[in-house]
Amino acid sequence: MVRRGTELLLYKYINDSDLKDVIDKSLAGEELDRSDGITLFNTNNLLALGALADELRKRTVGDIVTFALNRHINYTNVCISKCSFCAYYREKGQAGSYTMSIDEILKKVEGSVKKGIKDFHIVGSHHPDLPFEFYEEMVKMIKKKFPEVHIQAFTAAEINYFSEISGLSTKEVLQRLKDAGLGSMPGGGAEILNEELRKKICPNKVSAEGWIKIMKEAHLLGIKSNATMLFGHLESKEDRVDHLLWLRKAQKETNGFQAFIPLPFHPKNTPLLKDGLVSEEGPSGFDILRTIAISRIMLNDYITNIKAYWVMLGEKLAQISLHYGANDLEGTVVEERITKAAGGIAGGMMTEKKLLALIRNAGRIPALRTSVHEILRVYRE
Amino acid sequence: MLIETELTAIYEKALAREPLDIEEGLALFKNNDLVSLGTVADTLRKMVCGDLVTFVIDSNINYTNVCVSGCKFCAFYRSKKSREAYTLTLEEIMEKIKKAVDLGATQILLQGGLNPDLPIEYYEDILKATQERFPHVQRHFFSPSEIHFISKTSGISLRETLERLIEAGLQSLPGGGAEILDDEIRKKVSPNKISWEEWKKVMVTAHSLGLPTTATMVYGLGESYKSRIKHLIRIREIQDKTGGFTAFIPWSFQPQNTKLARETYMSSTGVDYLKIVAISRLILNNIRNIQASWVTQGTKVAQIALFYGANDFGGTMIEENVVRAAGVKSNYLPPEKIVRLIKDIGRPAAQRTTLYKIIKEY
Repeated sequence: MVRRGTELLLYKYINDSDLKDVIDKSLAGEELDRSDGITLFNTNNLLALGALADELRKRTVGDIVTFALNRHINYTNVCISKCSFCAYYREKGQAGSYTMSIDEILKKVEGSVKKGIKDFHIVGSHHPDLPFEFYEEMVKMIKKKFPEVHIQAFTAAEINYFSEISGLSTKEVLQRLKDAGLGSMPGGGAEILNEELRKKICPNKVSAEGWIKIMKEAHLLGIKSNATMLFGHLESKEDRVDHLLWLRKAQKETNGFQAFIPLPFHPKNTPLLKDGLVSEEGPSGFDILRTIAISRIMLNDYITNIKAYWVMLGEKLAQISLHYGANDLEGTVVEERITKAAGGIAGGMMTEKKLLALIRNAGRIPALRTSVHEILRVYRE
Repeated sequence: MLIETELTAIYEKALAREPLDIEEGLALFKNNDLVSLGTVADTLRKMVCGDLVTFVIDSNINYTNVCVSGCKFCAFYRSKKSREAYTLTLEEIMEKIKKAVDLGATQILLQGGLNPDLPIEYYEDILKATQERFPHVQRHFFSPSEIHFISKTSGISLRETLERLIEAGLQSLPGGGAEILDDEIRKKVSPNKISWEEWKKVMVTAHSLGLPTTATMVYGLGESYKSRIKHLIRIREIQDKTGGFTAFIPWSFQPQNTKLARETYMSSTGVDYLKIVAISRLILNNIRNIQASWVTQGTKVAQIALFYGANDFGGTMIEENVVRAAGVKSNYLPPEKIVRLIKDIGRPAAQRTTLYKIIKEY
């Protein structure tokens, strides 16, 4: 059933027959293919994309917008991967480099646990010296001291790196972390799943195939994960569509992705900007909203949740994107260092009160969720 | 919530360019289908203005921050005795104008606080000197609250004040000081500023003397949705009488460093901004141009406003102090960047004058 407003929009004011065909197909529940995806990326009709994405969002998840009371911990910024889109990493010993000890991490966890936070999102980098046991110990110690918390930690890129430094297979790494208490995995390190492009932007990181393989292994071990896409740097529209299709294919096999998070590239302080390969503005508002909408449209029947990560979108655009297919606003975050290093203005400060107000002001019903998207409480007025 | 057929009736009325009433405006505000509202606004924008998106190369110069008004939403004003108080001399102003003109400015928006020590001659001298030295730059000076204040401090009528300033070279008025044109909220946030009727009187008098003006709105001051709609309808009613408004510019209250920051929890959101822009397009059936405000919303949201009824990207803002004082990092946005943002959404871009004459198409 199409809502009256959407109908008005979709059929009265769209004169673009290519788009009409894709919209018909999508509303009929047919799977969109690569050329459909490219058609969606070639239109300037943002409102039509928004109407379709919003309709699909409504059908799939209704009017509830979820968020988490969580805390992010970035345990180190020392990294040998040196991706050219990253402003966060430092060399070992370089000014501004840091690595938290397990005690420091425990203190941060304790501070948040005292405030009632149970969900932790822990992501770092590719540290040259830390042994795999450090990561295993980190998870074990957190779970030992705070058995009630959920640890969402280590991107597939980190898992791949742990495998390299330990000589264990990625599957073994995942199994050992799971045994230590890992609850789920974040979706980072995917960037753009295209090998040619990765040679330019992240040559030392896990390959596209490796990323997918690790995610599927995790899913089969019962570790749910998210998936991301870093867009607005050197990739083409086709690369974005292929990225979405790659995720969709993996999801059909293992069904372990719980949320997709489109991340607009922040150029400030990155090697890509220093080398003059990108403009200083990053992707435009239009590019960000259409990418979120197209993510919903292409992934809708496969990945339920599309996340508006306010840390990278900014509060205003994150809230607007709830009308462009997104149904999750991430969380309270508390401390975020990666986007901040690249000139992100949002920082890490967000309160539950503000999340509730933003969601309600967008006309939606807020609900508190866990890291694995179980709804704990619906805030009906 | 309203049933959607009721909204459709309102949309159809707006698309026929009929005036909407308060109830209809409120229904639009309470509606949560942002994209449909945007589509109606976008359709109207296309009907009224076509696809061309315009902008002006301009500079906002603030001649003084001394102000007796003490509005709670303002982070810019200082008392006369403050160490940070300033009043620019004629030469300082001319220097700033020169800098702007060197960067291609065709418009200088000059405004400042309500400074009791400045006689009308101060304003006249600035106008005369600007006209003499930079004859091709539009003198878009002094908001209605300043005009009202100048008239009061010099003991002459509004009409006479405006006539003297026009004689000295005034060409158009910026629409500031409107905030929300409803005295209920004005009494709370800006009790010493002109009432809405006085604002109207300045505008009507200016228009009757052939002086075009813009109209603005600052929302998020703690007013009700009803007050916002009242504001829009009052602007429309003035326009019906005079036809003197060239453009409407809404933006949200910028809370940092203001007294009001402590009192309002969330001044405005991205969704509210897009709604305001779209509803302005629907209600103001007699004003052609609606500006997106990149200075207050950021370039990303301002670009999205071009899908929600806005047809103009405002100015390059070579200089701006008032919003900056409220914590917004607004830098000069050069024409190339504005053009890039417009072309990014597939629209043609053009530089315009203050009065919306096209200077250069890109």
